[in-house]
Amino acid sequence: MATKKKTIRTIPQDRTPMREQDPQVRAKNFEEVACGYSLEDASREAERCLLCPDQPCVAGCPVGIDIPGFIKKIGDKNLRGAYDVLTGTNLLPAICGRVCPQENQCEGVCTVGESLEAVAIGRLERFVGDTAIKEGWVNIPYIEPNRFKVGIVGSGPAGMACAADMAKAGCDVTVYEAFHQPGGVLRYGIPDFRLPNTVIDAEISNLKKFGVKFECNTLVGRLFTIEQMIDELGYHAVFIGVGAGYPTMLNIPGDSLNGVLSANELLTRCNLMNAKEFPNFDTPLPIGRRVAVVGAGNTAMDAMRVSLRLGAEKVYCIYRRSRTEAPARIEEVHHAEQEGVEFHWLCNPVAVLDDGKGNVRGMRCVRMELGEPDDSGRRRPVTVAGSEFDFEADVIVYAIGTNANPIMGQTSRVKLNKWGYIGTDGSLATSVAGVFAGGDIVTGAATVIEAMGAGRKAARSMKAYLGIRDGELPYLSAKQGGTDSLFGIDLRERNFARVRVKQDSAAISTTTQA
Amino acid sequence: MSNFEIVRREDFSEVTYLLEVRHPLMAKAAKAGQFVIVMLNEHGERIPLTIADYDRVNGTITLVIQAVGKTTRQMQQECQVGTSLYGLVGPMGIPSPISHAKKVMCVGGGLGVAPIFPQARAFKEAGAYVIAVLGFRNKDLVFWEDKFRDACDQLILCTNDGSAGMKGLITDGIQVALEGHSNIDEVVAIGPPVMMKACAEATRPHKIKTMVSVNPIMVDGTGMCGGCRVKVGNEVKFACVDGPDFDGHQLDFDDLMLRLQRYTKVEKMASERWSESCRMTKQVGPSALDGMLPGKGVQKDLLELPDPFEEVPGG
Ligand SMILES: Cc1cc2nc3c(=O)[nH]c(=O)nc-3n(C[C@H](O)[C@H](O)[C@H](O)COP(=O)(O)OP(=O)(O)OC[C@H]3O[C@@H](n4cnc5c(N)ncnc54)[C@H](O)[C@@H]3O)c2cc1C
Ligand SMILES: Cc1cc2nc3c(=O)[nH]c(=O)nc-3n(C[C@H](O)[C@H](O)[C@H](O)COP(=O)(O)OP(=O)(O)OC[C@H]3O[C@@H](n4cnc5c(N)ncnc54)[C@H](O)[C@@H]3O)c2cc1C
Ligand code: SF4
Ligand code: FES
Repeated sequence: MATKKKTIRTIPQDRTPMREQDPQVRAKNFEEVACGYSLEDASREAERCLLCPDQPCVAGCPVGIDIPGFIKKIGDKNLRGAYDVLTGTNLLPAICGRVCPQENQCEGVCTVGESLEAVAIGRLERFVGDTAIKEGWVNIPYIEPNRFKVGIVGSGPAGMACAADMAKAGCDVTVYEAFHQPGGVLRYGIPDFRLPNTVIDAEISNLKKFGVKFECNTLVGRLFTIEQMIDELGYHAVFIGVGAGYPTMLNIPGDSLNGVLSANELLTRCNLMNAKEFPNFDTPLPIGRRVAVVGAGNTAMDAMRVSLRLGAEKVYCIYRRSRTEAPARIEEVHHAEQEGVEFHWLCNPVAVLDDGKGNVRGMRCVRMELGEPDDSGRRRPVTVAGSEFDFEADVIVYAIGTNANPIMGQTSRVKLNKWGYIGTDGSLATSVAGVFAGGDIVTGAATVIEAMGAGRKAARSMKAYLGIRDGELPYLSAKQGGTDSLFGIDLRERNFARVRVKQDSAAISTTTQA
Repeated sequence: MSNFEIVRREDFSEVTYLLEVRHPLMAKAAKAGQFVIVMLNEHGERIPLTIADYDRVNGTITLVIQAVGKTTRQMQQECQVGTSLYGLVGPMGIPSPISHAKKVMCVGGGLGVAPIFPQARAFKEAGAYVIAVLGFRNKDLVFWEDKFRDACDQLILCTNDGSAGMKGLITDGIQVALEGHSNIDEVVAIGPPVMMKACAEATRPHKIKTMVSVNPIMVDGTGMCGGCRVKVGNEVKFACVDGPDFDGHQLDFDDLMLRLQRYTKVEKMASERWSESCRMTKQVGPSALDGMLPGKGVQKDLLELPDPFEEVPGG
């Protein structure tokens, strides 16, 4: 390469800022907060990548995206090329660029980050994803249909990723979704100002172009069971990606008062059911003047910022640990602070207070301090004796985590683990032959990118189970599980007869050699 | 996607109507005690409705609906044979456990009459002696009398004014049944919470197992929002996935009734706004809306009718 080697001194020193809506203005609307990079911004930020030979960022990415690869293409002003590199691993760049906790993943280990601010990998990813949507790019591979029917239960990121891979492998794929619209948490949970519906729609319409069929309004388990899908509906393999949304309540006095609700209920009413436009849409929403949200994860941040936009005068965040332990993406905490959410760190609720008529009047909390580290390595909060205090609130939102939804366990033979999540082996196979599972329903609440990674991993296992030649597998790095192949043939394959012809010329030449 | 065609409609009274909707898979899967969630149109609310009957051969399910607010009234106006619902998902909830009880009393009041039917029939099919106790406000509101007579061994019909069957509240009918039969093994009750509560209190001294089917406000129906939570004993349960049937002697009815009123104010507003827009666009003849407009009778009537939307004292 002719270009001079970049060093930490020669690159632009500060991270390219992203234009954002003014906090005062945006706290009253549902438009997207972060406006994204321009081509100029993106090129400048791409300059900052050192293209490190050891690529720590790639190792930091749960799905191992070729990060320097796509950044280099941006630097070359080859956006289509950047998109091709990204979609080689990540189906939904416009979504992940917006919602991944990059500071704990790729950006957290970026070399530049050791002395300066890390390369804004997420923002660059989003830029490429948005450009692709604007330009209408899709990478539709050459798909040769095989005779396999694959059923996917749940249309969240796990289900979508698995569906895409199976469709690319030539299977006839149907995604079943209980709600009337696909997308999972992306649709019902994450609000528009963080992830606009148009972005989700665009990504889903790409899947449809692969031939994936979406069947909404279908509650699997109750309308038909997983077993029936295999025995009666003719599916050769099934993937379960139903998420884990069963909200935890605090179990303190006053839990069932009117005005106490889960973040999921608030967000679903607002986002999926459009209650924010009540009465033009029919679903109502509790409107609070003073809203207290318990918890400090992404869900809590979303609930607080939605409450502000719905017109609350005061929004409090009640969290029993301190800001450093807050599990939300840093950017979201920062945005919430800018928009005027009042944070009460080291506070734990003890009771919801009623007004004598069954409604919420306020909340009683106790102060906490941080003690010894617990199993998760975070310092354990302990109660400060005699520090109880009351404050006024009319809506209380719980965002303190979720559990496995019981429907799968109630209706199928698939084995659950002791927490009620679906049990799988390392390849994400469940106890029922041909049935795989992944995403939040296996790991418990996690992240979008991890759910997608699980969907893809399950797809690989599913291909092996069906005996479909996996064109991608032999060329994967060791980290991605590509080592156990012999002459380019995956040892786990049961049947080598069908050689799938891929448009990808590299794949063709090597497979024929083998 | 939205191909849930309405194939039959029957109007039982000014406020109660039946819709038979095509959904062959659901007709095959549905069991007594389960419900569906319906969306009328894209802007609609998701409302839960019990599967009152199903026809596995013709591939349809039957809903019996009482027009009480915006959505159910709009459905009454717009759901004609040949039209389609935007969304229909189910069957939801755990099917009612049909035990091997020898003698069963099935109690249905107001809205609960239709949903109790599949349970009564299922108990009959399982070999039980089935006594149905049904309550209506007056003769004009009575429906499915024949259907119940065919499926049950005994029918006790109560009306508030005595215009059909015995005169009295449904609790009076329950007393009659309890006095007539000392060996009832199990009671199943569906209806407004006040009625189910009264029923549970009537059977408590006799220690007869009493199952009730609760109707809290729901959103998703898949266990994801917690809006439908109820208190059963010391536990919190989600009616959509853990129910909707619970032990009536354990259930906290006061909690249920209070939580049902969460959105009363805004619901009223939506309903009034809708009536107003109907009047303005003249989509409906005056007769269709007669007695249904707020302040024009129904609101007050509904209070007399045992129904879930009753004002709770002190609320
Ligand atoms: C408010 C909120 C904010 C979040 N913010 C972030 C963030 O910023 N960054 C991040 O990385 N992660 C975030 N997460 C977490 C992330 O969204 C999840 O980890 C991820 O969506 C899990 O994907 P999944 O495919 O496993 O399940 P889900 O996205 O939950 O999708 C499951 C789908 O299955 C459907 N389903 C359930 N049961 C059935 C059934 N029986 N039949 C048919 N369909 C069924 C559901 O309706 C749902 O659509 C957030 C989560 C929430 C709730
Ligand atoms: C499991 C279950 C089974 C039901 N079965 C039937 C049935 O077979 N026939 C029938 O007519 N009705 C049934 N209902 C009640 C029905 O869902 C409500 O009457 C309907 O949602 C009212 O909507 P609306 O817009 O017309 O009235 P609104 O003006 O919105 O509300 C009127 C009252 O209905 C109740 N309500 C409102 N929204 C909901 C909701 N999403 N879920 C539950 N209750 C709500 C509230 O108490 C409110 O005060 C059932 C409810 C449940 C939970
Ligand atoms: S670690 Fe940072 S600088 Fe190095 S390749 Fe990755 S993004 Fe570029
Ligand atoms: S309706 Fe949402 S959890 Fe039951």
